[in-house]
Amino acid sequence: MKISAIPDREFLLPGNAACHGCGSSMCLRTVLKALGKNTVLVVPASCTSVYQGMFPGSAIDVPVFNTVFAASASTASGIAASLERKGIDATVVVWAGDGGTYDIGLQALSAAAERNKDMIYICYNNEMYSNTGVQKSGATPYGAWTTTTWSGKKEHRKDVAELMVAQDVAYVATASAGYLTDLYRKVRKARKKEGFRYIEILTPCPPGWKYPMDRTVEMGRLVVETGMWILYEYENGEIRLTGMSRAIAGGRRKLRDVEEYLLPQGRFAHLSREDIDVIRSYVEKRWEKLVKLAGGVHAAPAEFYV
Amino acid sequence: MKAMITGNQAAAMAARDARVDVVAAYPITPSTPVVEEIARMVETGEMDAKLILVESEHSAMAACIGASASGSRTFTATSSHGLAYMHELLHYAVNARTPVVMAVANRAIGPGWNIWADLSDAMSQRDTGWIQLYCSSNQEIYDTILMAYRVAENRGVMLPAMVCYDGFVLSHTAMPVETGVEGFLDGYESPWNLNFDEPETFGNILPPDYYMELRKDIVESHRRAVKIMREVEEEFEELTGRRTPLLVEEYRTDGASTVLVTLGAIASEAKIVVDEMRRNGERAGLLRIKSFRPFPYDEVTRALEGAERVVVIDRSVSPGAEGQLFSEVKSALYSSKSHPDVLGRVAGLGGRDVTSKAIERAVRLGGREEWIMEVIS
Ligand SMILES: Cc1ncc(C[n+]2csc(CCOP(=O)(O)OP(=O)(O)O)c2C)c(N)n1
Ligand code: SF4
Repeated sequence: MKISAIPDREFLLPGNAACHGCGSSMCLRTVLKALGKNTVLVVPASCTSVYQGMFPGSAIDVPVFNTVFAASASTASGIAASLERKGIDATVVVWAGDGGTYDIGLQALSAAAERNKDMIYICYNNEMYSNTGVQKSGATPYGAWTTTTWSGKKEHRKDVAELMVAQDVAYVATASAGYLTDLYRKVRKARKKEGFRYIEILTPCPPGWKYPMDRTVEMGRLVVETGMWILYEYENGEIRLTGMSRAIAGGRRKLRDVEEYLLPQGRFAHLSREDIDVIRSYVEKRWEKLVKLAGGVHAAPAEFYV
Repeated sequence: MKAMITGNQAAAMAARDARVDVVAAYPITPSTPVVEEIARMVETGEMDAKLILVESEHSAMAACIGASASGSRTFTATSSHGLAYMHELLHYAVNARTPVVMAVANRAIGPGWNIWADLSDAMSQRDTGWIQLYCSSNQEIYDTILMAYRVAENRGVMLPAMVCYDGFVLSHTAMPVETGVEGFLDGYESPWNLNFDEPETFGNILPPDYYMELRKDIVESHRRAVKIMREVEEEFEELTGRRTPLLVEEYRTDGASTVLVTLGAIASEAKIVVDEMRRNGERAGLLRIKSFRPFPYDEVTRALEGAERVVVIDRSVSPGAEGQLFSEVKSALYSSKSHPDVLGRVAGLGGRDVTSKAIERAVRLGGREEWIMEVIS
């Protein structure tokens, strides 16, 4: 897919209050282009509730309903039921952080997925609570510094995309801020499907991860190239690696060492050799698991949505 | 149509007859049968609404707010821990100006687990800004839910409303109820509608000036609601012949020197005591508060003007302070010319039976103590 195929129309307007180099806002811009005008966005407490701007203005050019931290999926369920009732044709989309997805909002998310309500739930995962000043979340990886894990998180992250696969929802996809055309394609695909759909985007955050703000795209690529984040889709009972992850599994690209990803980030600056080994073996284990679930190494032609 | 139904059935039938668009609910004793009855009616086609069976009360209220904010008339029901679990969203519904109507079958809060009548659950939510109406019969539950939509959805009000009734005492007791009211409640015309050409954002950051304006408008909406409620009472009576109060009910207060003040199911029992006292030549009367929020200050001061003694019975208590109704009544009287003795009694917590004998004791209990924590049984 060519980047020129992405529409020019902006729904996340310039002058919004996101940090420079914010991976979340970059991806929201792409997501809204893929969704188009007839979209209702549900946003729980997060950086997005701030960078969309202050009343009476708004930096988002589709109807947005801001909701409490724990209730995005259930608020969206109510809106979806109401639109159905009134015969309004629009896509109801949750745009929530990993805190609002992995932690406080998981119960509502899992229940909405079970009800198979017609909505797209998108989690932008910056691996911590950025809005309240960088605290750990259930998505924070092992070893990462946050303001509630000063000497590095002692546990591995959990994985909500895999939980959604286990719940067998209509569509699951992972994406990264490093590959926006891949994200665009996945959102377009999700939009055409019915029932509950889940997309999780890895969105680097310069102040939280402590790297210079011009390196967001690079971080979004390194995380995939090192296998720390795996791009895949799940539909019709099958997992399929996509983009760069597919190329790596197919042997056309080499998996890079995790250190290349960890070293440029201040949040990992304190890691010992042993810590890096822990992360390395975690990545290897997960990579093997996903490749196996995706049906082994593909000889299929590489698809690069880069 | 007249039928013997429970308070919960009355609530479910009222939701049906209010032609609600979306119901989102979660079961908890004693309000569970409301959800079950609605589910049955929706499945059999007796009721035309979208029912969302959520996984918690927090989600039930969130779904109702979402549905209401996108233009639908919504309903839910809960009790006790369920209401407590909704707390965050009860505030949210008020500031979002979503006129959700909710049935609350009042029940105590644990531990120990106590499923019986007690108004502490709703009283703990009194400052959220919800309209709170306390019923004392099943007919009233039915009527009040219909009337609550008229008040809540009034453009000068736009506030959510809870219709409260004592768990088991009313929720599970069958009484004759007349259902079916024609021409009282139209379909919902929401001011909140999605516009994709000129999209609006709901609930983004609200700086201090606007936030203060919003809260001020909510305070004023409650004031306006009092007037609307008077009008709705009149109109409902004209249409049905039933006088279903929304603000207060006065019972034999004319020339009364002792006035009992209470709310909910205790008020029905209190009437028996008043009758008995009147038979004995005592000038007794009852003031039943129907609307706890907005608190009907004018009606209360007027009704208590000539009294020498006011006995307030609460079925809830604010530890460290006193019964909530007692506080409100005293506060109302402070600005009035009359200064009767006001005595506070707490009765019936956790379902303790409040018999007419118990109420009589509450009245006879001597002393001028401002506040006596007496569980009368
Ligand atoms: C019930 C509740 N608890 C805590 C908060 C405070 N809070 C607001 S946003 C947030 C973190 C959001 O993190 P995440 O979902 O990862 O989004 P991000 O900030 O990273 O965009 C927290 C803890 C809240 N708004 N509500
Ligand atoms: S803190 Fe991070 S996620 Fe939040 S706006 Fe800034 S860059 Fe984006």
